[in-house]
Amino acid sequence: MFSKKKLFTKGMIDVAPHMLSVIPFGIICGAIGIELGFSPYLVYGMSFIIFGGASQIVFLQLLSGGASSLVAVTSVGVINSRHLLYGAVLSEYLEKMSFIKKLLISYLVVDQGFAESNKFFKKNKTEKFLHYHLIGTGSTLWICWQIATLAGIILGSFVPEELGLKFAIPLTFIAIVVQDLKKIDHVIVMITCGLSSLLFFNAPFKSYIIISPIIALFVAALILRLKK
Amino acid sequence: MTWLSIIIAGIITYLMRMTMIALVSKDMLGNKIKAVLEYVPSAVFPAIIFPAVFINDYGNFIEIDDPKIFGALVAIIVGYFSRNIIATILAGLISYWFLIFVIFS
Repeated sequence: MFSKKKLFTKGMIDVAPHMLSVIPFGIICGAIGIELGFSPYLVYGMSFIIFGGASQIVFLQLLSGGASSLVAVTSVGVINSRHLLYGAVLSEYLEKMSFIKKLLISYLVVDQGFAESNKFFKKNKTEKFLHYHLIGTGSTLWICWQIATLAGIILGSFVPEELGLKFAIPLTFIAIVVQDLKKIDHVIVMITCGLSSLLFFNAPFKSYIIISPIIALFVAALILRLKK
Repeated sequence: MTWLSIIIAGIITYLMRMTMIALVSKDMLGNKIKAVLEYVPSAVFPAIIFPAVFINDYGNFIEIDDPKIFGALVAIIVGYFSRNIIATILAGLISYWFLIFVIFS
């Protein structure tokens, strides 16, 4: 049985390596906002209010490209709808928390935090204070994201664009799923999702990001049925 | 106006983070659903990985000899055997840089 503090620290340590991609991405995100001509307060406000990397960039790019607010807001909603899936997975482990605590912890859930905490939860189902791990991953990501976007806003794109650091984002997610390549059923699900995302890439409101997981989960359900 | 849009986008994002965590209880999800939910990471993250590797900033497919494909393959191999996140990211980035700065420069 781990203490609350131990779980919190474990969460911080488990998610820390992802800062290698989160921090450059945050800097890029802040710098792009300023380059597109938005006020620094507004660009930073998004990191606090929306707190969702890719969706923030898409929002600003759409508005500066002349799209309506409705289109921009809808796109953020569609891009972040994948959190419904994360929430469904996490709900099982967070069930014992009070309603208020659930409302608070929800703000902190982002991709890498979900991924690392979910891995920990699966291995330590019986722990009593599991949610402290999620608070650890979430608050680490939150603080780094705030600092990184602020740095990008204030200092501009001091990360040279030629370095192509945006490429660190797919690499971070490769690191998350790569161990599941050992299982053929997961490989099939991943390839289904990946190919669907390329196929539906031009679907409106960036909806490929939720269409392809849904298709992939249908395939997963099919695999489970065939396995029996 | 832009502020209002950001606040609405933030509320929508928050609601989607919160809904399932706060409102789903254990008995609402059957064993079959739970078994399918096991696949969520594998079913979601490739939708971030594939477009970021295979589609460029202008929305077009990249060529087969693009350095990003090589970088991603190196990251997969290093990640698979090292089980280390930092090693995976650095291997991908360094092999990518090696191609764009040394080989193709």
